Order: sequence, then C-alpha cells, then structure tokens
Amino acid sequence: MRDHVRFLLDGEVQTVGGFDPTLTVLEYLRGDLRRCGTKEGCAEGDCGACTVVVAEPSPPGNGAAPLRYRAVNSCIQLLGALDGKQLITVEDLARGDDLHPVQEALVEEHGSQCGFCTPGFVMMLFAAWHEGAGSGRQAIDDQLAGNLCRCTGYVPIVRAARRVLARPAEDAFSAGAVETRARLEAIAAQDTLAVEHRGRRYFAPHTADALARLYAAHPQATVVAGATDVGLWVTKQHRVLDTVIYVGNVRDLATLEVHPDRIDVGATATYTDAWPVLAEHYPDFGELLRRLGATQVRNAGTLGGNVANGSPIGDTPPVLIALGATLHLRHGDARRSLPIEDFFLDYGRQDRVPGEFVERITVPRLGQREHLRTYKVSKRFDQDISALCGAFWLRLDAAGVVEQARLAYGGMAGVPKRAPGAERALTGKVLSASSAAEAAAALAEDFQPLSDWRASARYRSLVAGNLLRRLALELGDAEVATRLVGDREASHA
Amino acid sequence: MLDRTRKKRPADRISGGVREALEHDSARKHVTGEARYIDDLPEPPGLLHVYVAQSSEAHAGLRGLDLSAVRTAPGVVDVVAAADIPGKNDVSPIFGDDPVFAADEVLYAGQSLFAVAAEDLRSARHAARLARVDYEPRKPIVDIDTARAAGTRVLDSYRMARGDAEQALAEAPRRLAGTLRVGGQDHFYLEGQVALALPGEDGDVVVHSSTQNPSEVQHLVAGVLGRPSHAVTVEVRRMGGGFGGKETQPALIAAIAALVAQRTGRAAKLRLDRDDDMLMTGKRHDFRIDYEVGFDDAGRILGIAFEQSARCGYSADLSGAICDRAMFHADNGYYLDQVRIDSHRWRTHTVSNTAFRGFGGPQGMLGIERVMDAIAFDLGLDPLAVRRANLYGGAGRDVTPYHMKVEDNVLPALMDALRKESDYDERRAAARAFNRGSTVLKRGIALTPVKFGISFTTTHLNQAGALLHVYTDGSVQLNHGGTEMGQGLMIKVAQVVAEELQIDLERVRITATSTGKVPNTSATAASSGSDLNGKAAQEAARTIRRRLARFAAAHFGVPGRAVRFEPNRVCAGEHRLSFDELVKLAYLDRVPLSAAGFYKTPKIHWDRAAARGRPFYYFAYGAAVSEVLVDTLTGEHRLQRVDILHDVGRSLNPAVDMGQIEGGFVQGYGWLTSEELWWDEAGRLRTHAPSTYKIPVASDVPEAFNARIWERGRNRENAIYRSKAVGEPPLMLAISAFCALTDALASVADYRALPPLDAPATPERVLLALEALRARP
Repeated sequence: MRDHVRFLLDGEVQTVGGFDPTLTVLEYLRGDLRRCGTKEGCAEGDCGACTVVVAEPSPPGNGAAPLRYRAVNSCIQLLGALDGKQLITVEDLARGDDLHPVQEALVEEHGSQCGFCTPGFVMMLFAAWHEGAGSGRQAIDDQLAGNLCRCTGYVPIVRAARRVLARPAEDAFSAGAVETRARLEAIAAQDTLAVEHRGRRYFAPHTADALARLYAAHPQATVVAGATDVGLWVTKQHRVLDTVIYVGNVRDLATLEVHPDRIDVGATATYTDAWPVLAEHYPDFGELLRRLGATQVRNAGTLGGNVANGSPIGDTPPVLIALGATLHLRHGDARRSLPIEDFFLDYGRQDRVPGEFVERITVPRLGQREHLRTYKVSKRFDQDISALCGAFWLRLDAAGVVEQARLAYGGMAGVPKRAPGAERALTGKVLSASSAAEAAAALAEDFQPLSDWRASARYRSLVAGNLLRRLALELGDAEVATRLVGDREASHA
Repeated sequence: MLDRTRKKRPADRISGGVREALEHDSARKHVTGEARYIDDLPEPPGLLHVYVAQSSEAHAGLRGLDLSAVRTAPGVVDVVAAADIPGKNDVSPIFGDDPVFAADEVLYAGQSLFAVAAEDLRSARHAARLARVDYEPRKPIVDIDTARAAGTRVLDSYRMARGDAEQALAEAPRRLAGTLRVGGQDHFYLEGQVALALPGEDGDVVVHSSTQNPSEVQHLVAGVLGRPSHAVTVEVRRMGGGFGGKETQPALIAAIAALVAQRTGRAAKLRLDRDDDMLMTGKRHDFRIDYEVGFDDAGRILGIAFEQSARCGYSADLSGAICDRAMFHADNGYYLDQVRIDSHRWRTHTVSNTAFRGFGGPQGMLGIERVMDAIAFDLGLDPLAVRRANLYGGAGRDVTPYHMKVEDNVLPALMDALRKESDYDERRAAARAFNRGSTVLKRGIALTPVKFGISFTTTHLNQAGALLHVYTDGSVQLNHGGTEMGQGLMIKVAQVVAEELQIDLERVRITATSTGKVPNTSATAASSGSDLNGKAAQEAARTIRRRLARFAAAHFGVPGRAVRFEPNRVCAGEHRLSFDELVKLAYLDRVPLSAAGFYKTPKIHWDRAAARGRPFYYFAYGAAVSEVLVDTLTGEHRLQRVDILHDVGRSLNPAVDMGQIEGGFVQGYGWLTSEELWWDEAGRLRTHAPSTYKIPVASDVPEAFNARIWERGRNRENAIYRSKAVGEPPLMLAISAFCALTDALASVADYRALPPLDAPATPERVLLALEALRARP
C-alpha cells in the first residue's frame, strides 16, 4: 500500500503524503502552494470560481483522445482524488505572453469585469473545448451552468464561448497528450492508497473486493465518491472526518452495462458517464441529469452516492423508484438486493448497516406501452435543488387505460416516496384530464409537505397535482406545448 | 475638438484615448489568474487568521460572554470583544449605531460577538465554538408588517409632495388602490468581504480592504483604534465585485483586522466565507409599496399617493439616503401632477440593509410601473400606451415631485425608437394570438423606461480628488479616489488622462486607490465614479499640461498659443519634440511635474426640510422590452428575448458601458425573479449560500439579447466628455421582465385584471398570483 499520492502539475510529478484526509484541492493550491489564481467563491461547489481541470487517461474506446479533461470544483474535491491524474489550473494555460485561445476569446469579447469568477470560466471552457462540447447555445449553457458571474450578465462570456468552441481543440495540451497519458499511467497507484495524518486516515482502494475488506474493517469510515456532498460536510459544517474511504478509483464499480431487459449502473459511475446511456433509453431521465448540479458536479458525483446519501431532495431517487430499480448492497462478502424504494426508511435513515456499501443499481428498461416522465421544479432551471421533483412511470393498455402506475416524488416528504393514493386513483382509468385531477386530489392523503425556503407547503401540493395534469397532457393526444426547457417533441419522438 | 482632430488626422491618434472600446485594464490578468485580490497577496510572516463569532439569536440580551475556553484553545493568539476596543465601538457611516461587537444586546442573527485570531483559520474557527454565550431571549421583529404594527423606526418618516394629491384623488373619474411587495437582494459579489491589516510603527496600520469607500474605512478604523486618521492608510487595487455591498460593510471587517494587528503587532487577515458574508452583511432593502391613484379615461394620472415602507434592519446605515432615493424615483419617467410620497423606515431585528446598485431607486420605480400596469388593465389599454401618455413632456409637465425641472428628457424619442426596432406592436399581437391557442404556456411582453437621477443626493459627497505624477521619463502615474470593482472606472479615467496629455494609454499607469494619495474621498457609488474622478483627473492633467505649455513657450521663445499638444509630441512653433523630451527639459528647469486635481459637481442643491431643490446634475435614461414565457402549471418562466436602448451620453468607452448595461439588466432580472431572501420565524436568514440563493446563470439569459447604446445620446450638462453615468441605471431595465410576467399572467383574466404578483417573481409567486386571478368572482 502506498502512503502518498502522485499527480502532475506544471509538468512535474507532485508527491504528497501525510495530508489531512479531507484536504481539498483548493486548500492545497491556495494554502500549501499559495498558487492563488484559483478562487474560492462559495466553498460548496455552486459558483464555479474554483474550477480546475483534471486530465486522466480516457477509458479504452474506439478513436478516443488519449486524455479526457474534466472540470471539477476544487473547493470540494479531495486532494487524494488526484492520484494518477494531471491537475491543470488557470496559471498553466498561457505560454509566456501568448494567451491560450480560451483566454484570448474572453479578453476580446470583454468577458471579464471584476475578474474574480474569470479563472473558473477559463477552466470550464478549456475543458469544454477539449471535450468537444459543441458551440450551440444549449451546449454552452449546459457547460456554463455551474459558473456564476455577477458582473457581465453572461452575454460576452457566451459570445467568447461560441467563438472558441466552434474551433477544433488544438493547443500545447493536446499536442502533448500521448506523452502525458504515458506519464500518468506510470505514476498512478496500482493498489490501495493509505495516507495517515495525525491518526486520521485516507484510503483509496482500487477494487470492489479491496473496498469491501477495508470498509468491513473500518465500518465507521466515511465513504466518499465525488465528494459533492461530503465535501460540504467539511467546508460548511466543519466536520472532522477521521477515516475516509475514497471509492473513485474502484474501476469495477464504475461499469455501465446495457442488457436486453435492464441497465446495470455501477455505484461509482459518474453522472457524466451514466448520462448518455440513461438519456438514450429514458429521455426524461437524461433531461433530469442535464439539470442535476452542473458539469463540474456531474463530473465528480455518482448515482451510487446520490442514492446512498439518502437525501430527501436528491434528484435520482424519485426516478429510480418510479422505474422500479433494484439496489445491490455488499458488506464484506455478503450481498443483498432490495427494491430501491425500500432503502429510504425515514428522514436521514436508510436500510444500510455500517460497513455496507452500494455496488450497483439495476434499472429495468422500458417495455411496450411503458412511459416515463420526470419533472423537476426549482427556482432556477440550472444548478438548483428541487423544490419538488415528480417521476412517473406508467404502463398503458392499447386503449390508453392505466394498467400500472408508479408515481414517485422528491421534496414532498422526509424521503423520496411513492404516492399510493394517486396511483390507485389512476390505475384502471383512461389517462385524461379528469383522471389526473382525481389522482391529484388523492395526493392530499399521500403527502403533507413542509414549507421551507425552496417552497411553501401549499405550492408543493399544488404543483405535485399539476405535474399529474401535465403527465396526462403529454401522454394524451393533444398537441399541447407543456415545457419551457428540454424538448418533449425531440426527446419522445 | 476631439472629433475634429480625428477627422483631420485619422491615422495620427494616440492609442487609448476617450471613446475607444478598450478592453478592461486588468482583462489579461483576469484570464491568467494574475490579477491579485486581497486574499491573493503574499502573506507576511506571522500572519494571523481571524474568525468572527456571530450571534445565533435575532434579538436577545447578552447576559454573559465566557471566552476563557476560546483563549486557551490550541493555536489561538488573541481574542477580542467589545470591552477590548480602545476607541469607539462603532463602524456606522453616520448615526453611531453599528457596534463592532455586540455589548449588551444582540439585534440580529449574524451580529458579531467577538473575534478569534489564530495561527490558522481552522484553529480560530474551532476555538470560537468553545465560547459560552448567555442569551436572554427577546421577541424579534422580522418583517415590515410587524414593524409597522409595532411602530419601530430607525429614522423619522419623510414626505415629498407637490399639489394636493388628496383632492385630485377625490375628484378623479377613476381611482385604484393596491399594494406591492418587493424583496431584497444579496449583492453576491464573487469575492467576499476581506481585509488584511499590517501593523507599522507608532501604532500605525496599513489596511488592504476590499472596499468601495477607502476614506470611510480609514476614518472608522481610526475611530475604533482610538487613533487619528493619519495613523491609518487604506488601500485597494481591485474588488471582486461590489455593487454597493462594499460601501459601508467593509468597515467592520477592516476594523477587526486592524484591531488584531494593533494588539498583537502581527499582520492579520479576516476573510468572510460565503455563508458568514451573507449572514453578517446588509442587503438591498425590501419594500412594501401602497398606492392610490386617480386617472382619466386615457390612463393619464391626475393624482397619486404613495406610501413606501422599507425594512431597514437593526440600524440606520444608509437607509435615510436609500429611502430618499426610492422617493426620488417614485415618478420614474412620468409626470405626476398632484402627488404625495410618504416614506417609512422600519427597524427590524435583521441585518442592517445597505446600499445596492440603484440605492432605493429600483424599488421606487417598480412602484410606479406597477401603477401603470394597474391603470392599463383597468382600462383595457396597452400598458405602453399608458406609459407613453404619462411621460414627462408638454406644457407644464416637466416638474418632479421634488420640484426639480426635468430639462433633458429623451424618453419619448428613445422609447419610440425602441418600440419600432424591437417590433413591439407586432410581437404583442403575436403573444396574444399565441395565448389564445396555448393552454399551459403563456407569453407576455412589456416595454418600460428608466429615468435615473445622477448625483449623490447628499450634496457634499459630490466631490473628488486626483493626483497625477509625471516622471522624468515621461511616464505617468494616475491616482484618484475612485475604486475598481470591475466596472472599468480605472480604464475610463486613464483614457481621460491620456486624451488630455495626448499620450498613449500605455504611458499612464493605473494604481491602487490609497487614502495616502488622495484623502477624504467619497465612496465609489451612485454611478458617479467616472463623472467625479474623471473630472478630477482631467483637472490634474490640465494643470500639468498648462505648466508644460508655459515652460515650452518660454523655453523655445514662442507665444503660448503656438504650443500644441499633438499625439505623443509637442509642437512649440517650429520646434517639435516628444512628450518625454519635453518632460525631461521641464524637470531640468524645475517645473513641478506632479499635480492634484479637484472637482465638485456644479448646479446641485437640496433643501431636505422643504423637500425641494435640484438634487441631480442630470438624468440617465434607457428603456427595455422583455418577452417571457410562463408555465401556468408550475409558475416557472423563461425570459425569451430582450431589447435595450440605453443613453450613456457620448460614451467614454463603449465596451465598458455595454458591460454595465448587459450586466445591470441581468442583475436586476435576478432581483425581480429568482433571488429570494428567506428568514425563518426566529429571524434567521436561511438562504445564505448559492445552494439556496439563486442568482441568474448563463441559461437564464436569452440568446436574443439585443442591447444598444443610443447613438443620439449626449449629455447636455458638462459632464466628463459629455458622457453619462451608467453603473446603476441599467439594473432597472429589468423591470420590463417583471411587467412582461404580469402581462403573461393577465392573459388568464382576459387582460382586464391586474395580476397580484409580488417580487421576486419566483415560480411560487407566479403560480399563486395565477391561482388568485383564477379564483376571482
């Protein structure tokens, strides 16, 4: 077991050991190195000022570039996660007086005013350019959703983005990518990393078996994947975590397998990796993922983490419940499976014992006359947490009668949860405005939502019912426009 | 003269003079990460990190504060509370009511109790948790209505009036009354509040403060330390955004850092993280606006009475001037014939609200725009027709409610031009046709004007100083009292100096703002930065130029009028030499090459007791059309298209001005739609980070965003190069989006009822307004 991490920065191999297990990349950059181009704007992964790019060998595939470039929020990314990767920060881009094309475009379009958010935008666009994100407005908006600017109103930044993203990505990084890949492969740890700092420990196993052994031996450890939530325990709640097990290196849990009847999603597959697969088979799930966090969050966060974490407002549990997904858990060598809806016991409580972890999630594919619709409602379309989220799965018969319904909601109770009363009200009826209205009325028995800063109880109740009305409209014959974002026609043609 | 020069010799121009669309002076440093903000400055050896402990209660007596465990915690070097302050326990701008640390009582959740200085921030933060605070709970007053009922004011109520509103209302053929609630707004500058204090000899201290108001920070820090102002130097090169939030708020941060530095003899840094910043610092005032309006069948206002109620928070801060400005903008661009405006400044147990881009103007303006909509839907008229009918202009219709004559009104022409080029009428018809066929989604459109008064309404603040040094190599160092928060002030003022001296911009060095260079300056606020500092710098440059000209005439033995400043050179009769050569000769002849410049705005005066005068030098104007699409099932909505025409006079730098226009609009759009401050019943703010407080992102800004600078713009007053202030006015262009939402909602009631929509128009407020409309009898 190695007791230090190795990563590339400025073309040099950095070797760091003995670090605090929750040391963030941003703390390392600004505190240890006093490398201050990268800024802290919010310390919770919501503003993007701290965006850095992590390059790593692309997974094998036909014609893939040697490296993939992923923008992440350094404020909540753990330093340990950098092992075997290249860290690229805003200081790396210019060559002497020659600005990088991304930087040049921002200068020429007047894309900075106060300049504090600018390094984050630069790095986000740098990654988008290398990843071939596309220069259409939707693509640009999706890339920039995690970067806040308070000065410019984004107009010149979007212009700069379009200008640079329309060109093929060629720079010193792409020119040296093959060599960089070889260097990264040479420095990456091949088995479990174990770093100690004043009795506190950081582990990073490489296989599910190693993870199972470690976690069984340290059942009180905190398991961290993307750190998009645990990172906030550290930066916002100032919690001291004594033992951290980072699962981002566990390759055999990052799998995505499409079977004729189901899709198996490994627990550590990031949203970014899972998105295209899920979007292809469930367009509305794809639309939900498009609006989950932002690019930086999706590059780090995982479906397994979103479920295991048990938040009442996580975006994927309602849709996984609606789809009838199965959760596969492992403790040591013991494995068990359960319907995902049974996992969420109560607010903050899940059916999981210490030392037990999520291995994968099985999601049934949609059959004939089976439909999925998801609706996320929030104050802002991008990078926001749901006030409520409805995910509805229906099987209709040939006459349009609802044979079976699974109607799941987030944000309506202490856990993501189905609406049995509304399901009963719909089942056996033709899906229509009137049956939707009956189902909406039945919701009053299913939920007593709370009022908070995201929405009042009254609003949540009203909208929960209205989402069923929308469901009936969208699955009915009417050519009614029902969506402000995402394209129903395109995604469900 | 400039234009003539340009036409004569288009190829022979200095680079970087006025009117050029130059990039921000720090743009290259921004994109490379080289631009230094205070937290990026090299850390002096022995630097202490400071953390401020806050009150968890909104209102309580402070029976005891036991800090013994804090003092002995690992890494802690110093702990300071109210009793440790050598000078005055106050950092208020005017009224003496903002303690550095709470002494006997706490008046808002987030109020500073004490500070811990430690070797590292984590130690300071952990130590602070060890304090034992003994609160004696008291009931907090959290919102406007409760404060109104309890009658708790921070300042006296105030009235502006002209004519007899009461009688006009009584006699008007039609009459309406209503109430509008307008939420506050957090500044959400990306760089939080921060100060770095460096102790010097004899108790002196240098403070790097992220502030729009270095002089005030200097004076307040000195007061807290119990030292004369000369002992404190405040410096700021740039802020990572300000928007008014760094006008009075930085004094607390700077004072605590300076106090620690003074007590320990070590450098001290205090940087608030995002949550602490949002909990501890003031915001835009939320308002309740009640109105009664009488009007004729054409929608023309005959009499109107406004009652503006502002939540000021626990102390006065700048609430007096802010609420005054809300009153000054209760007319926006409209002539109000018989008018009365009452303003109440309510005290609550919440953070003290403060300056924010627009400074009350936006709230006042939203009130009259709501009235325009109310009249239009009552009469079944196009709201634009009602707006047009009420604009200033025509015989006797040119006096504001504060008895100032409007001499520079350009709104009729500007709005007509925008109406035409944005296809307002066609698009309004199209929206109505769309709404007839669309059951779930509804479109709305609105065109609204902005008229914004330029000058500090506190007249004495309208002064500025500059200090220009010319070195013997001909390079120039520019200092002035204005601060850079991203708005491009530094580049604009440097362009003025380059133009005046006829030297390339690269010869003019922009410097950090320092109280040691230019004293007793006003805040960079009220959109006044370029107007005031540009003129002061111009004055300094002209002094240098006069001296050089006089010297050149004497040196070359030619008459004064034969000396001409041409691009980067000077001609004295037949003699031609470079600017640098002339400077060197002048130095050898002992000509002073440093000059101070001073400027005070002419013509303005204000008699507050009589509520009469000319508080503004001039007005800035603009107008915008917004089109929105609303989802009537959820209340969610999208901005579909924006068209803006804005008057910046003759622009000093069109690129910088366009940045203010676009950025101001989007910031205003956030204020009116998605940014919601939410306090719980105990008076704790629960939206204190971007996870819960939602400012606009890129996708909230439509692809069709057509902003234009009005090509006919020219300041009729002698402002710097006939330009106009542009910092604040564009924010209020976003009122068009709020009114467009109103228009979309009105469609469900056949445009004959005013949707009871309050701001911010979150999906929830939109849906509840729809529910109310649908529930009408």
